[in-house]
Amino acid sequence: MQTVTRDLLLQKACELLDAGTVNRVYGWQKGQFDYDVTPAVFSSREELEKDFVYNDFCGANFSKYLIKETAGEGKILVFLKPCDTYSFNQLLTEHRFDREKVYAVGIPCDGMADIRLIEEEVGEGVTGVETDGDKLIVHTLYDGDVKLNRADYLAERCRVCKSKKHVAYDELLGEDGDVVDSARFDEVAKLEAMTPDERFAFWQNELSRCIRCNACRDVCPACTCEKCVFGNPKSGVENKAVSDSFEEKMFHIIRAFHVAGRCTDCGECSRVCPQHIPLHLLNRKFIKDIDAFYGEYQAGAEVGSRAPLVDYTEGDMEPGEAVASVDERGGKDA
Amino acid sequence: MQRIGVFVCWCGTNIAGTVDVVKVAEALRTEPGVVFSDNYQYMCSQAGQDMIKDAIKEHNLTGIVVCSCSPRMHEATFRKTAAAAGLNPYMVEIANIREQCSWIHKDMPTGTEKAIILGKAAVAKVNLNTPLTPGQTPVTKRALVIGGGIAGIQTALDIADAGFPVDIVEKLPTIGGKMAQLDKTFPTLDCAACILTPKMVDAGQNENIRIFSYSEVEEVGGFVGNFSVKIRKKARYVKEDICTGCGLCTEKCPQKKVPNEFNLGMDNRRAVYIPFAQAVPKVATIDPNYCTMLKTGKCGVCAKVCTAGAIDYKQKDEIIEEKYGAIVAATGYNPISMNKFDEFAYSQSKDVITSLEFERLTNAAGPTAGKLLRPSDGKHPHTIVFVQCVGSRCSHDASKGKEYCSKICCMYTAKHAMLVRDKYPDTEVYVFYIDVRTPGKAFDEFYRRAVEEYGVHYIKGMVGKVTPEGDKLKVLASDLLADKQLKIDADLVVLAAAIEPDKSARPLATMLTASMDTNDFFTEAHPKLRPVESPTAGVFLSGTCQGPKDIPETVSQASAAAAKVIGLLCKDKLTGNPCVASSNELMCNGCSSCEKVCPYGAITYEDKEFRMPDRTTKLRRVAKVNEAVCQGCGCCTVACPSGAMDLKGFANEQIMAEVDAICK
Repeated sequence: MQTVTRDLLLQKACELLDAGTVNRVYGWQKGQFDYDVTPAVFSSREELEKDFVYNDFCGANFSKYLIKETAGEGKILVFLKPCDTYSFNQLLTEHRFDREKVYAVGIPCDGMADIRLIEEEVGEGVTGVETDGDKLIVHTLYDGDVKLNRADYLAERCRVCKSKKHVAYDELLGEDGDVVDSARFDEVAKLEAMTPDERFAFWQNELSRCIRCNACRDVCPACTCEKCVFGNPKSGVENKAVSDSFEEKMFHIIRAFHVAGRCTDCGECSRVCPQHIPLHLLNRKFIKDIDAFYGEYQAGAEVGSRAPLVDYTEGDMEPGEAVASVDERGGKDA
Repeated sequence: MQRIGVFVCWCGTNIAGTVDVVKVAEALRTEPGVVFSDNYQYMCSQAGQDMIKDAIKEHNLTGIVVCSCSPRMHEATFRKTAAAAGLNPYMVEIANIREQCSWIHKDMPTGTEKAIILGKAAVAKVNLNTPLTPGQTPVTKRALVIGGGIAGIQTALDIADAGFPVDIVEKLPTIGGKMAQLDKTFPTLDCAACILTPKMVDAGQNENIRIFSYSEVEEVGGFVGNFSVKIRKKARYVKEDICTGCGLCTEKCPQKKVPNEFNLGMDNRRAVYIPFAQAVPKVATIDPNYCTMLKTGKCGVCAKVCTAGAIDYKQKDEIIEEKYGAIVAATGYNPISMNKFDEFAYSQSKDVITSLEFERLTNAAGPTAGKLLRPSDGKHPHTIVFVQCVGSRCSHDASKGKEYCSKICCMYTAKHAMLVRDKYPDTEVYVFYIDVRTPGKAFDEFYRRAVEEYGVHYIKGMVGKVTPEGDKLKVLASDLLADKQLKIDADLVVLAAAIEPDKSARPLATMLTASMDTNDFFTEAHPKLRPVESPTAGVFLSGTCQGPKDIPETVSQASAAAAKVIGLLCKDKLTGNPCVASSNELMCNGCSSCEKVCPYGAITYEDKEFRMPDRTTKLRRVAKVNEAVCQGCGCCTVACPSGAMDLKGFANEQIMAEVDAICK
């Protein structure tokens, strides 16, 4: 269960609207089902009271939406979970929106549930999910109500949460947490332990499901080019349909290279992927390598920080050393 | 579609020996866009160039590929040739089939195959070349010389003589540098001060020279022809324009216990001081670390005795901003610290000294008024041991000393030894050396005189240990030629300490974006052909900041640097390199990645209005390249996540076309 409730957020939003501090609120809105939550802009108390929700399915990271929303007049209120604040800072580092036009309220987060895991457990026909303490009560069409342990159905990114600390906000609701010593690189280590052939097979299997819907790109807070290379007719890869398996892999690998050093590991790419491809693992591998090569670096921890890939320090690893350590990082030939 | 001409050079047998030039020309004739292809013995000769010019005219060529030597050799030649025939010089591409092909392959078939591939890549690139026009920028006709030693003084004098204003920035209260501390100079043995001070006076009086003494460069912006520099003029608590240099304050100051850095701490000066009698500017300076008035607010003796009223305890640092067309680094050297060489007992005995300290001990203006006396007891030393290469040529332990040869030590040690024997013939003088290196005009003769006429004991071998015992220094050494151990009871041991670049050079290099080697010497644009220019345009090198040098070499280099500066300042406009970065504003999202990696500070941002498809306008932050500052290194094109940054003449598209042509 979330420490902050919908009512508390609603009250804060109305208060700031009434005081004229902001003229719009970025929040979550219920879709067809409880778990089907979408981001939305509210501009009045009435709209908020009618549609604003906050529950265990409010995973969407609002930072990227601010690029578009800050173009409008006046300030906008945005609720940011700890992991969202890293993307928020990273976008500020890249000058992607005007900080003055945002009123950021930091909210604590107790992890967000993953509907896919629930559906895997109870099957199809989930009509709603309620949280009751550390349990999830799943309403289903066929089996009635099913009770699940909430902790077991959190999204992977939440189970290995990297930080409960807000790195940016104007106002904080509730208590701030700390950076967590998370096990988020364990999955990467598993991939590194594979032989190249196994790993190739793993990614081929995952990426072959890609339908090039571009959702990962569209949601990614690091993907904010004015014109995407994959939208460029001259690139030869702008079409959605892929002609061969090489092309679909290249899309994801190029994208991972593209956001390397700037990715905050927010995990939105995997959350939105309709094909359930663990895309965040590609990015996390880059983060792990960058940490190993240049010292630990968390994109977005600080506004204006220089990412190791666009910085030079005397302590930088020599290319030769990087090559020499390739074996322990999963490059060993079969 | 381009109309491309291909010209394959034989370079005598340099290329034609391992590359079938006829076959290369034939193979490239059928490449897309190629309308003419031929070969010739020496493309760079007048006849070869005429052949290119004729072909351009006859076949209306829009681009040419010359398959020849490295573009570093003759690219400029062929660009001029093309321009003479009315073709834009940037429509010329060189396929390097000599250094990168014929010289490294042994058999004809491989060499020919590779030459064809390299030619195809160049053709693919020319197909995408666009005519480029270099921009022009005005030149600020003023030079900055950083460092006021003999190098800086000579450079400044030469530039000033040519009629250009020059500023010297010197961090100490006076110009003169290390040379002012020396006694005699080799190989002629004239007194250093006698030949240096006239130049100092010259510099002080020259109407084209401004001296900012007790000042440091704080910030450097801009680019060749248009540098803007901030200079911090440190507070000396004395009004420079009022002080007459009478020296009364330096005599009356009650704070007498300040180590005198000019005499390397071997005697004391006052808290208010003039470093030496011939200082330029001859102005007193108050040392804030020792002045009682500045530290406690009680004293004020100097202000009371100053008849000119020049003392100003409230003086603050002053920042001067000035524009320069060229900057000369002349930051000089220092002897290395002897901390890591405790085997010579430098820290244990006052009678173990460095050669620079020895200079002060024999200098008439030094702490002993020129009499050679031991620092410990003021007695005349009867046995002196000179140890060469202390910290130089230390390749076995680079953490201890320097791997390079300091170059000047052999000669000044010979000078010291000779002078001692000349003045005090009763003194035994030993010199321990690894090798004696004396290349230079009249240098070897000088050293032979020390050995043959003055009877200096030169011993090949190194000193292992110096142990102070009573009033003697026990010197343990090996004589390699006689293959025996030596034990010498010395009265004075003189260490020829290696020299290293001044500590101020590294931060300065960062400000100037000038490159340095691992020893912190400035690197030159080309070690043989451009020895006084830094790779950064508009930055020149003078003296030991570029490498160890003696005075004659320093002065030659100083004048050479001045000549380069004058050549630059003579121009009214500078023609830039058109192969610079440019940002596609429609794609740029203003993320600042390019700005962060740009080593030249060439990228700035502006908020620009863009017309949107729905007829509204949108304000966006986009990158802007200052083409005069950009050196075309291409870092930004790689860092740009959006692919908005590209390099003219080396566009991503062109390079991909080359790669495609090679991989086909």
